[in-house]
Amino acid sequence: MPNANATKPIAARGAGPERAGSVRALASILGKRWVLIFLALETLYFCFKSQGFANLNSLQILLFYGVLVFLLATAELFVIVTGGIDLSVGYVLGFASIISIKLMEWLGPLGLGEPLTVLIGVCLTLVIGLVPGLVNGWLVAYLKVPPFIATFSMLGVCHGVSELIINGVYAMGLPKLASDIGSGYLLYVGPGGRASLFQGPVVDRGVTVLDIVPNIVVVTSIIIGIFAFVLARSKFGRHVYALGGNMDAAIRAGIPVKRRLLGVYALSSFLASLGGIVYAFMYVSGKPDAGASLLLDAIAGVVIGGASMFGGSGSVGRTMLGALIIAVLDLGLRMSGTPTFDKYILVGVILILAVIIERYMQEKA
Amino acid sequence: MDYLLETRNITKHFGGLTAVDHVSVGLRAGEALAVLGDNGAGKSTLIKIISGVHRPDEGEIYIGGKAVRIESPMDALAAGIETIYQDLALAENLDVGANIFLGRERMRRSLGILRVLDDQSMREEAQKVLDRLDIEIPSLKKTIRTLSGGQRQAVAISRSIYWDAKVLIMDEPTAALGVAEQKKVLNLVRTLKGQGIGIIIISHQMYDVFEVADRLAVMRRGLLVGERVVKETTPDEVVGLIVGSETVGKERQEGRTAETAEE
Repeated sequence: MPNANATKPIAARGAGPERAGSVRALASILGKRWVLIFLALETLYFCFKSQGFANLNSLQILLFYGVLVFLLATAELFVIVTGGIDLSVGYVLGFASIISIKLMEWLGPLGLGEPLTVLIGVCLTLVIGLVPGLVNGWLVAYLKVPPFIATFSMLGVCHGVSELIINGVYAMGLPKLASDIGSGYLLYVGPGGRASLFQGPVVDRGVTVLDIVPNIVVVTSIIIGIFAFVLARSKFGRHVYALGGNMDAAIRAGIPVKRRLLGVYALSSFLASLGGIVYAFMYVSGKPDAGASLLLDAIAGVVIGGASMFGGSGSVGRTMLGALIIAVLDLGLRMSGTPTFDKYILVGVILILAVIIERYMQEKA
Repeated sequence: MDYLLETRNITKHFGGLTAVDHVSVGLRAGEALAVLGDNGAGKSTLIKIISGVHRPDEGEIYIGGKAVRIESPMDALAAGIETIYQDLALAENLDVGANIFLGRERMRRSLGILRVLDDQSMREEAQKVLDRLDIEIPSLKKTIRTLSGGQRQAVAISRSIYWDAKVLIMDEPTAALGVAEQKKVLNLVRTLKGQGIGIIIISHQMYDVFEVADRLAVMRRGLLVGERVVKETTPDEVVGLIVGSETVGKERQEGRTAETAEE
């Protein structure tokens, strides 16, 4: 008797769980692939919505305007994998955009020639750009200041220092070579299939020259590729994951946790400064709030890319997918003439959605 | 009496409290010693001294008959003493190989210049040590998060063994496990003993103690109040020692002390 009773409820429930199971399986597939699906649907939507979105050139434009988000998202990813956050990246970018131009303005009259001026300016900016990150890392790793507070304060400091340096006038004196690089392309194909690197052929008006891959996209791709490798394949990267996964375990395994944290915040600041230089080269100006609105985009890219805000997970590849969603949204809305405020609202909504989906997937696992 | 690990007159004060009071205890190779005691009896402090977390105020630690200075967890590791805490200290977001080699990653050269993580060989080595300990884990590519409590314990133990632990200290190894998993961990302890590793188990579970331990040491209020050979004692007697029912405890202890003196 007890046996018969015991089997009954299971049999009765039999049909239910099966259907629920397949729904759940579908939800799980959608949950895992939602970023790709979302990106595809979004792209399709803008192809219909705005004229001229569906051509190869807008892919180049997309990447061109996306580089700053890609760089900052990569920076943010490293910090988020450790379980921290870097709120200062946007204003470090602004600070570096100003510093780079000011340095080149100052170096120019020394008579080094443009190439050397630009090169030294870039290198010095990258070195100075490490400072905010080193301070952040020192505060977080050695003085145990919560990352939110340390980097939020650094945001304020960078903003203030930037304003002091420019004193009300945007930095504009970028050497011509730098702005040429910023707006240039890797490869040009002129009439008759004549190709040239870096410098476009001189042609008459109306003759079309094919421009292939903006210089800035090339440089950014290489840099992000290097950092993707560092995170995925190097000892440093493994330690970054370990300290985000279990700080205690990392300490007991003998990982120099403090040095690693310092490195991560410095790296974040380095990428943000590189973003500042790229900004200066692209827009031929440097201003304090150059990257202010990019912070939301960068964090959104990382989170949409599936990284947990608690640390320990995330990859550069998936972060780039997340950042692409933002970049497509940005360009799509611009090309269809919608005000940029719409973008902020949408990014905010997508970010919240991403967090909810991540939470849902985690509870199921 | 060749002890693998021996403490002599270890004493530790915390303010006015004497947490460990002149405790001398020994562990042989291939032997499991259970350290028992009520909460606050001093067993955790004793273990932490052996594993380098605390420094003793008095007393020495000998390994293989030689006095060693253990002033940090790193010293303990270097001396071959590995401790497995209840929280296991695994990075749950990484796979088995990555955890076993955490902090001591294997690298290989790629394209002649780049030094990259050699996950393949770390997994192979992990598999070898798991095989040696008869531990089955379905896929080494899975993260620790997907493993059961017993499997995690096994990974933590494998890591210690891979890095040449001579003495393994296990803090409540079965506390968070289901019954079947408890059995597996206890079997694993037997396997480790068979391979000549000395094991110190801290446990509240009398069953575990009588199942795998060879000897037991009971602590109360910082003092070592009794040592027994497991085969020659009963759970009742041990409970008596732990809670301090003097009639059972003292009598036997005195008998034992006399015996030891004779030896």
